[in-house]
Amino acid sequence: VTATTNAPPDTRRSHGDSGAPPGKRRSLGDLKVAMIFIAPATLGFVVFYIWPTLRGAYLSFTEYSLLSAPKFNGLANYDRMIHDSFFWNALGVTVEYVVINIGLQTVLAVGIAMLMYRLTKSITVRAIILAPYLVANVVVALVWYWMLDVQVGIVNTFLGWVGIDPIAFFGDSHWAIPTVAGINVWRHMGYTALLVFAGLQTIPSYVYEAAEVDGSTEWKTFWRITLPLLRPVLVMVLVVTMIGSFQIFDTVAVTTQGGPINATRVIYYYIYERAFTRFDFGYASAMALVLFAILAVVSLVQLRLLRARESDLA
Amino acid sequence: MSSSSRSVRQVSVGRTVAWVLLFILLIVTLFPFYWMLRTAFSDNTQLPGHPNSLLPVETTLGAFKRVLGLSSIEEAQAQGGSGAAVNFWLYLRNSLVVATITTVCQVFFSAMAAYAFARLRWPGRDKVFAVFLAALMVPPIFTTLPNFVLIKNLGLLNSFAGIILPGAFMTPFAIFFLRQFFLGINRELEEAAMIDGAGHRRIFFGMIIPLSAAPIATLAILTYINSWNDYFWPLLVGQQENVRVLTVALGVFRSQTPQGGPDWAGLMAATLIAALPMIILFLAFAKRITNSIGFSGIK
Repeated sequence: VTATTNAPPDTRRSHGDSGAPPGKRRSLGDLKVAMIFIAPATLGFVVFYIWPTLRGAYLSFTEYSLLSAPKFNGLANYDRMIHDSFFWNALGVTVEYVVINIGLQTVLAVGIAMLMYRLTKSITVRAIILAPYLVANVVVALVWYWMLDVQVGIVNTFLGWVGIDPIAFFGDSHWAIPTVAGINVWRHMGYTALLVFAGLQTIPSYVYEAAEVDGSTEWKTFWRITLPLLRPVLVMVLVVTMIGSFQIFDTVAVTTQGGPINATRVIYYYIYERAFTRFDFGYASAMALVLFAILAVVSLVQLRLLRARESDLA
Repeated sequence: MSSSSRSVRQVSVGRTVAWVLLFILLIVTLFPFYWMLRTAFSDNTQLPGHPNSLLPVETTLGAFKRVLGLSSIEEAQAQGGSGAAVNFWLYLRNSLVVATITTVCQVFFSAMAAYAFARLRWPGRDKVFAVFLAALMVPPIFTTLPNFVLIKNLGLLNSFAGIILPGAFMTPFAIFFLRQFFLGINRELEEAAMIDGAGHRRIFFGMIIPLSAAPIATLAILTYINSWNDYFWPLLVGQQENVRVLTVALGVFRSQTPQGGPDWAGLMAATLIAALPMIILFLAFAKRITNSIGFSGIK
């Protein structure tokens, strides 16, 4: 059946917008051909997305060490999670990371987008700003790991020139999370700025012209006009970047590996450790499900905010 | 001073400050790339003595030779390497294999599905599409754990198939991205082809794909970069040397580096090897990639 080169005649006739025969044959449309076209994608989708999603949910109610079949244990994993101080620490560390990362990144991205919007449309400038985003997390993490080294890192040399003592960016538990967050701000701010930049270009120029006629200053125009009109784009950008930010793993895995003393044991890393060094798959799945729920709530809240804003755009 | 001349000067002062900020931003963006280059060409034993030399310290290709497995253990250790055997040629090959196969399969199968969602009419089409899109919400780690179990049970740990399979068929984003473009293609062209007796296979290969060459190329480039840069999944299923990709190899290399005197030059040479293909790809397609961001980012 799959070898048909040409579509069967009835499919062909019912395809166009006009002249489709009414009745049952119309309602099936191109179903046969469509099945062939979506077959590979559907196979991948069911095997590597749907099935693992269901299986992951099931595993979260089991004790599973990979060696023997999963053993159903009800809510035991969730009960354990509530009393697991490492879990709460991981959650707290992750939230601290997300707040610093997203806060800094969003402010900088809006600033960079404004700079580009007001100064230059140069594709070269935009390309340079995007460049860090195209290099692997692991590469970025290692380059900064070297530049921020406490003994021979160039950043501490710079700090020395302005009279600041060397900082153990990765070794000091107060600095570790802000450092990891900062590294990823460096990688993502250009990308985020380009998203905001695209949003800025959708604001019609007559709005600015009107503001200018009214004698509005640049500063006032930004706060009263640009930012409110940018809100829908900003909320979308926040949803996308924040979901990504909660999944911080690579940078931690190649630099601090959770240390010093749990200071950077983010939730993704903790789940990874539980699953792949302790083979505690049931518990790891339960934590992954909780992370899933947190992300869903965060995105829903943000999307609500987006909808609320749409009204004051009109 | 009249108010108008004052405002002119304010504007130009503001613009000057803005240009300076933009310039600083470009330096902050580019400096780490330069520093990677500068360190990679340095002699590791000499680095601590010249932490702020802007040029490579005792310029040498030793670090590259070391990480490509081209220098003897004595040579490597003389220049501050650990002497452990590393072979970034092999990891480079593995990354090429994984990223190329993933990209070709994923983009092709996603294009097929996007065609069915954009150009064909069948009952339940939009509902099925919505289910595909909903998968964007599921965080990767949630599906990764059961996927690891599956790949392990299939006996595909430490094989290219194990690394490639989960990404080979589709991603919700790829289907969404291509569907958007396919929707925009003129229906009349398609109908004319139909009247000439062309089937869906001919329309897909002979019309839709050539007409969408630009967005398909953009998607392929983005997919290639993502696949090349992926760390988490290959870390789980591809630890062994014969399938170890560059990102995983970098992590291993870094953890092998002794705490006392790390082989910074070797590490930066290795990161440069891992980053270079992406930098070249970017230089070749900078405009296309940069222009795609406004669209692809808002998923």
